[in-house]
Amino acid sequence: MANKIAALTGNNAVAYAMRQINPDVVAAYPITPQTEAVEEFADFVANGLVQTEYIPVESEHSSMSACIGASAAGARVMTTTSSAGFALMWEMLPIAAGLRTPVIMYVANRAFSAPLNIHCSHDDTMGGRDTGWIQIYSENAQEVYDNMIQAVRIGEHLDVRLPVMVCVDGFIISHAVERVELLEDDVVRKFIGPYKAVNPLLDVSKPVTIGAIGLPDYYTEHKRQHSQAILDAKPRILEIAKEYAAVSGRQYGLFESYKLSDAEVAIVIINSAAGVAKMVIDELRAKGHKVGLLKPRIYRPFPKEEIRDALKHLKAVAVMDRTDAFGAGATPTATEVSAALYGLPKVPLMINYVYGLGGRDISPADIQGVYNRLFDIAKTGKITGKVFDYLNVRD
Amino acid sequence: MTEIRWHARGGQGALLAVRTLARVAINHGKFAQGMPEFGAERMGAPTRAFNRISDKPLSLYCGITNPDVIIVLDTTLLDAVNVTEGIRKGGTVLINTNRSADEIKQKVNKQIGGNADARIYAVDATGISIKELGRPMPNTPILGALVKITGGAIKMDDLLSDIKHSFSEKFPPKVVDANLNAIKQGYEQVRPV
Repeated sequence: MANKIAALTGNNAVAYAMRQINPDVVAAYPITPQTEAVEEFADFVANGLVQTEYIPVESEHSSMSACIGASAAGARVMTTTSSAGFALMWEMLPIAAGLRTPVIMYVANRAFSAPLNIHCSHDDTMGGRDTGWIQIYSENAQEVYDNMIQAVRIGEHLDVRLPVMVCVDGFIISHAVERVELLEDDVVRKFIGPYKAVNPLLDVSKPVTIGAIGLPDYYTEHKRQHSQAILDAKPRILEIAKEYAAVSGRQYGLFESYKLSDAEVAIVIINSAAGVAKMVIDELRAKGHKVGLLKPRIYRPFPKEEIRDALKHLKAVAVMDRTDAFGAGATPTATEVSAALYGLPKVPLMINYVYGLGGRDISPADIQGVYNRLFDIAKTGKITGKVFDYLNVRD
Repeated sequence: MTEIRWHARGGQGALLAVRTLARVAINHGKFAQGMPEFGAERMGAPTRAFNRISDKPLSLYCGITNPDVIIVLDTTLLDAVNVTEGIRKGGTVLINTNRSADEIKQKVNKQIGGNADARIYAVDATGISIKELGRPMPNTPILGALVKITGGAIKMDDLLSDIKHSFSEKFPPKVVDANLNAIKQGYEQVRPV
């Protein structure tokens, strides 16, 4: 496949995908914390490269509200945000999911204040992981491009019908240029196909109520259906990934395993830091160390059984998150992985780190230090020191 | 893999320079990254930016602590920031300056300490820019100088055609030509110190 090669930032790659997807409506708040993705997309609208109705709203609460309304009306809808903008949408996020509107949202992961910080943490989407959306995490510009395109199919699948957020590291990937392979416009358009809305509000021949009240007699049944729909998304996501591999040559799964099958110790880590870890793994493997990596891609639904099977043979595992769940004594991914491993007759020894908050660099030496600790744990069969700790922090 | 760290002051165009360099490399078959460092930007404040250029895929999504090449877009940074921190043995320092070779050598050697293998180059990129463009934008002429001293990682023709193409989308032909001349002057005028 002779794909086009381009030098793009993560934001450019997302805007490129959005142009190819050509959604019916994009509603976004164009002021910080926003990304260049929507700025660039607004240019595409102004220059007539897309037929999208672009609604520059006055806040993120309004952008998500407009997205929900447009989606309920029967449109294919997208938006983008970051950090505090994501937080301002919060009230509307479970509504988008509860109404089963397949809105696609790009999030460049950035820290919450205070202290004031514009850089990368996963505070925003990790905080929003239980709003009922499908969550997809991306290591780099290539993955965020590929995930944006697949997200359309995932969200709109008739067995799923849920909003999807596609996440990538703010600044580290969103603002850095790298090499990206792009599909042709017609390949993308053929892959996503036309959107056929279910019970759209604008179908006046078949009037429906959207957003009706659900009192104790029916509320639970709605939630039960939502819960089943997001769990059932897993096989659909894999089918769509297989179709995407056929047109792109790039195969995605629920998560990426890197040199994991024969590893004795491993790190579980999402987004760009996984790339740093892979380089460290290559060096350690060259010295004969059996080390590996598991990089979650689909975080909601969390692929519990698959992750358990992928990790159960390990002697020791370190789960690392770019956010804290204050007071939990464990980060979000550590909690998820622990729950996945619970009940196994023999569970790998697990340690948990918070790293890289507010854009703090994570170096190969930092990752090497974590593997060194895992070697000790694997060798002695016990954890000395803290199970939950901050990495690379001043005391 | 070549790792480059840029030291500049806000407003000197380091962001454009790292993105341009990465784009030229990628569009000519290499793997590359161009990473600005964002902060509370103020005109004149010290800033950094990074490039990696490689023949193999890159997944190092982190800062550069041991650069092969250090580019300093403002001489006064030599008195304010330890620009040579972590430089690799045998690394290269390229400085935009109009000061004497002796003065530059002394300032860099004071910072660089034991790394006697470092190669130091200077070019008056600001002077070139004022002459060609009528304003101080050292980022384009320094790219010409960089191509010369890194010998082959990026080809001069590739850089010129990229700038011609990308600048033509935003600027009138006069400004495009002035930038192309500035790059050529940077290439010609860079000297070892």
